Amino acid sequence: MFSYFLRRLFYTIPVVLGVMVITFVLFYMLQKPDTMARRMLGPKASPQAVENWIKQRGYDKPVFFNTQPGGNLFDSQFFIHLKSLATFDLGVSDATGQPVLERFKEGAIPSLSITLPAFFLGIVLAVSISLFLVYVRETKIDFAGTIFSVALMSIPVMVYVIFGQWFLAVLLKYFPAYGFNLEGFDMIRFLTLPILILVIGALGSDIRLYRAIFLEEVRNEYVRTAYAKGVSSGSVLLRHVLKNGMINIITLTVAALPMLILGSLVLETFFGIPGLGNMTLAAIQTSDFAVIRATTYVGTLLYLLGLLITDFCYAMVDPRIKLQ
Amino acid sequence: MTAPLLDVRDLSISFQTDKEITEATKGVSFQINRGETLAIVGESGSGKSVTALALTRLLPEPPALYVKGSILWRGRDVLALRAEELRKIRGGEIAYIFQEPSTSLNPVYTIRNQIAEAIRLHRPEVKDIDTEIVKWLDAVGIVNPRQRMSDYPHQLSGGMQQRAMIAMALSCQPDLLVADEPTTALDVTIQAQILDQLRELRSKLGMAIILITHNFAIIRGLCDHVAVMFRGRIVEFGTAEEVLANPQHPYTKALIECIPKLGAGRERLHTIDYAAIERAL
Amino acid sequence: MSPHIQNLLVLTGVILLALGAVGFARSPRWARPRARFARNRTGIAALIIVVLYLIAGASDLILTPWEKSDGRPMTVLECVFQNVPKEATYSAPFARKDLSDRPLLRFHLFGTDALGNDVLELTLKGASTALLIGAFASLIYIPIGIVLGISAGYFKRFTDDIVQYLYSTVASIPGILLLIAIMMVLGKGIPQISIALGVTGWIGLCRLLRGETFRQSERQYCEAARALGETHPTIIFRHILPNVMHLVIINFVLGFSSIILAESILSYIGVGVPIGTASWGTMIDAARMELSREPKVWWNLSAASGALFILVLSLNILGDALRRAFDPKAA
Repeated sequence: MFSYFLRRLFYTIPVVLGVMVITFVLFYMLQKPDTMARRMLGPKASPQAVENWIKQRGYDKPVFFNTQPGGNLFDSQFFIHLKSLATFDLGVSDATGQPVLERFKEGAIPSLSITLPAFFLGIVLAVSISLFLVYVRETKIDFAGTIFSVALMSIPVMVYVIFGQWFLAVLLKYFPAYGFNLEGFDMIRFLTLPILILVIGALGSDIRLYRAIFLEEVRNEYVRTAYAKGVSSGSVLLRHVLKNGMINIITLTVAALPMLILGSLVLETFFGIPGLGNMTLAAIQTSDFAVIRATTYVGTLLYLLGLLITDFCYAMVDPRIKLQ
Repeated sequence: MTAPLLDVRDLSISFQTDKEITEATKGVSFQINRGETLAIVGESGSGKSVTALALTRLLPEPPALYVKGSILWRGRDVLALRAEELRKIRGGEIAYIFQEPSTSLNPVYTIRNQIAEAIRLHRPEVKDIDTEIVKWLDAVGIVNPRQRMSDYPHQLSGGMQQRAMIAMALSCQPDLLVADEPTTALDVTIQAQILDQLRELRSKLGMAIILITHNFAIIRGLCDHVAVMFRGRIVEFGTAEEVLANPQHPYTKALIECIPKLGAGRERLHTIDYAAIERAL
Repeated sequence: MSPHIQNLLVLTGVILLALGAVGFARSPRWARPRARFARNRTGIAALIIVVLYLIAGASDLILTPWEKSDGRPMTVLECVFQNVPKEATYSAPFARKDLSDRPLLRFHLFGTDALGNDVLELTLKGASTALLIGAFASLIYIPIGIVLGISAGYFKRFTDDIVQYLYSTVASIPGILLLIAIMMVLGKGIPQISIALGVTGWIGLCRLLRGETFRQSERQYCEAARALGETHPTIIFRHILPNVMHLVIINFVLGFSSIILAESILSYIGVGVPIGTASWGTMIDAARMELSREPKVWWNLSAASGALFILVLSLNILGDALRRAFDPKAA
């Protein structure tokens, strides 16, 4: 088990290196330091200020290898980039000067307070609905449910957010339209609407996917065996199909679990939730490359962590799989 | 004379897909009495498996469609039964074993769990379920049943899986066991063992058996009657000795000739000449 | 770009699409899927809607000899709308009725936005932007997906290792963050957003084709072709490609819908099309606060969201219908 864990970790090293190279090409090679500095300092900045800005951030160094006489071969932009990522030094925000790691710590809890409940509520809802559609498969209800879930997934997230806020908060006045507070009863008041919107936004594609997974299971011969034993069709679904289907569903969803920390871009900004999605969107609007760079990198690590967790969950729920 | 256990009359089943209708069985009729063994022999696509599954309405509807005929189980028409009554018959009175034991067992439950489900459904009076499971696993020749029953299907060999399937089917003490190509997916040596096991269990428990097969060789000594199916129809029906010794229908003759005989010299294996059968019909 | 070249390009695109459709309609290989598709009424309805969108989108790409006030040639769409007046600010749908002397469209069917522009015209222009980006991005990601996927599945071994490494690396960067990063580096614009969506969108198709090519190349007909001494290019183009082409078509239709959704989200958060380009995403962004105004301004937001929703829904339904036509066992 432990050796498996080590081996998996070892296999992710090339992927992490690849991501480092991609981010380096994106953020260092495809744009001139001069434009970056001007974007940050404004078009009226003095040439001296621009030069200082570039020097301060090391953008004046050679790109790959430092071949200047007397210089360290690895004193280059690329290796400094590698080193800072490998030591988890995420740098400071270009816009505010705040250390990015600090901002991550601040934003993780607000983001998770929305995404985590939405994740679990979403799975429960989508699994129940898709299982029901499989129960009534090939009827008009199934057809209508499928079309409805395709319709749900054809709506972009911001439309859910805008209309959801208007309908539930402005029109029906069920929830406050804006704001965030994690203390006491207020928490429920402020969190319910964003969570609800997030769940509905993801529901369509989840139902469709899970329905396909369960239908695939229903075609298996063990289902016929269960019917031949005299098990009712409800029990066949709940006892036999559900457990087999959940194995597939878990492998698909668990990978996304760690990434929930990053929050939801559009939603958080719209409701004024001080999470990491809000931070990312603010970084876009202020051209804060340092924050985007760090978020991309952390997001990748979280995804790879998710894959690792998936493997373990798989081994836990599927008796046929053993980690070696 | 008492009524037969199972009386299938003029059964026609169709499959409807995308506006195309395929007739799977056309007017199939046969009877089976308590404790008797009937073999239904035919090639793949002849409608024998469809007939077997239809006995307790296991065919998914749609696409399956019961066009006409009736299936009388102890005098009651299966096609007219309500879902709950049907479920009592399935497993409890008519039990099944299928061709592919590796996919017919649910991979995520232990053998014990799957047999216990059947016993709980049909024999609620059984208190000590584990002992009952051990008894049946032992009866089908599984060594070390107490350990084996907590295994998952993938931990057993193909022959063991099929034995577990048989144990599951018998654990509810059915009056009729429908064995749908029970040995086709297994090695030849295992096939013989499983057939011996069935023969022994039949004489011990006295249930009726319907054996679905494409292989005439395995019915000798096991079956009382034989029904030969060809393209959705029963073309020949008789006692096993009669049919084997003196086949009437050209298709039956062709099937019997297909059995490779020991000591037959360097004769070529027979193939079925469908054109000749069509001409003879 | 001269108006003639632009018109020629649009025409080429339309002709290619039509040829593709005719190919589907006539190829004997696809006779059964076609018959199944023809029976699917929902799928046909979706196809008709998509074609209507294509016509609307093309009408804002084809240039006419007439010129706008700034000297640039007018598109067909602009010609149609040239008599619809610009208002001072918001006006509700059907609000102006004093245009009865105009020949066509005597009122603002969907009202006007904050700057007084006709919302119907903006919405139709948004269709052209969305379709243009969808087409460009597909032109980028489909060739990448086909080449990498088929070569990985066919040559296996080392090629497969490289391709697998490539896509697992790109796939491990969260999609939306990678898109944002690329757009911030490249800057706003239709070509940029097409590139960003193109270079990130090939993974799904590549995986799919890799698996299917692998299955096909293990089949006996491929082994027979190899035994007959056919070269790799012949086997790939004559045997494998036709057998996986339906996956490309399904993926193209479904991918188109996700590209359009992604474009609208990127434009909404401000890294999509530049200011001045009509896009459903920027329309929704501009109208984001209008529902809480008094009186409510709803038409703007509804028109953009509705147009986006109907196109994406139709594409999804069409893609599903095609999938079911090619593979009736699929759910």
